[in-house]
Amino acid sequence: MATALAAKTGAFVPLPFRVAERRQDTVDTWTLTLEPEADGLAVAPGQFVMVHVFGVGEVPISVSGLPDCAGDPIVLTVRAVGAVSRAICGSPPGALLGLRGPCGNTWPIAEAAGGDVLVVAGGIGLAPLRPVVLHTLSHRSDYGAAAVLYGARTSADLLYTDQLESWRDSVAVDVTVDAADTSWKGKVGVVPKLVTAAEFRADAVTAFVCGPEVMIHFTVEALRMRGVPDERIYQSLERDMRCGVGLCGHCQLGPTLICRDGPVYSQADIGPYLAVREL
Amino acid sequence: MPQQQLDGLLGGLPFFAGMSDEALELIAGCGRNVHFEEGETILRRGDPADAFYVIHHGSAAVGNFVPPRGEVVVEAIHDGDVLGWSWLFPPYRSHFDARAITGVRATQFDGACLRRKCSADTAFGYDVVRRFAQVLMERLQWTYLRLLDVYGNGAGG
Repeated sequence: MATALAAKTGAFVPLPFRVAERRQDTVDTWTLTLEPEADGLAVAPGQFVMVHVFGVGEVPISVSGLPDCAGDPIVLTVRAVGAVSRAICGSPPGALLGLRGPCGNTWPIAEAAGGDVLVVAGGIGLAPLRPVVLHTLSHRSDYGAAAVLYGARTSADLLYTDQLESWRDSVAVDVTVDAADTSWKGKVGVVPKLVTAAEFRADAVTAFVCGPEVMIHFTVEALRMRGVPDERIYQSLERDMRCGVGLCGHCQLGPTLICRDGPVYSQADIGPYLAVREL
Repeated sequence: MPQQQLDGLLGGLPFFAGMSDEALELIAGCGRNVHFEEGETILRRGDPADAFYVIHHGSAAVGNFVPPRGEVVVEAIHDGDVLGWSWLFPPYRSHFDARAITGVRATQFDGACLRRKCSADTAFGYDVVRRFAQVLMERLQWTYLRLLDVYGNGAGG
């Protein structure tokens, strides 16, 4: 009962979290580790929290860490693109932020057990998928082939570069950038192209996709070309989320409210609505 | 490498998938295996485009020299990919540079030889051009996607 009450309170009233650590990933992206001042939040992979900067505003941010329970620190990777996200990224260790949540649904990682796992991420989209990768790594024997396909604008925009290397010990990691100079020795091209050469069983893979919506569209098409059914292509959507609890309606897409019913959807469920420009 | 071995090698590559033995034999007759050291130039902008390559192993960067930025890479080509299509269209000159990022093992095809065979056997020629059109379409599609600059700043909170 107390837990349910705490969860309810956390969904509507920001709980105080203090910045324990802040690391700059790229020129405009930071990863923050937040520790609860009192009650924590149990946030599952795929879910997001509403991060409140006092006196500035509130934005939804997906968790990029893998907390085990409500007392664990919460890890967020944030790209500074607006007033609130810039304020979050500028919060030094010791600063106080408010967190509401957890909001939304989760990646179906457990349901993917027994099959192959394919993670396809573009840009900051790797952040919400990092918990999927961490879970796969920590339960490696539960899955067959596992691959991470990751693309960014340039090599300077790649997230978690040190971790990408360590992930290669257990899963296939394929990285590409849209543009490069001669110092980059890796792939140059868009991330959906990596799908064509990735090793997985089309009839036994679960694909987890996150990134810009156009990138998701082409990735889904590439997965379909490989024979992956829509029911096993999952994507995390980002629309204009305000309340985070399905009350304000800003993030409505057809019959669904992304903050309440999403942000994770199968292509079978959400694909028809993404194709409607007026929605 | 004997011609029969080259036929077999090509038949296993995606670009030639489903091609008849006769067609593979025709195309292999214009090919020879080559190797490029890391950093070596494969194609240079403005040079006669008298060949194309199918990469068996390694990576090559396609790009152009853009003053004052230097060499800008627009695409990287890897195992199984095709490099070069200027041999197929007048004025038969390379429009971009290509440089080996790693050591590259490839089959080089003589463009003039293959054009002659395509003209002499139009069914074979159609098959070859159709395969190149597929490669062109895919690269054009990916290029369009890059032009959208999907990682640019959207509306942000």
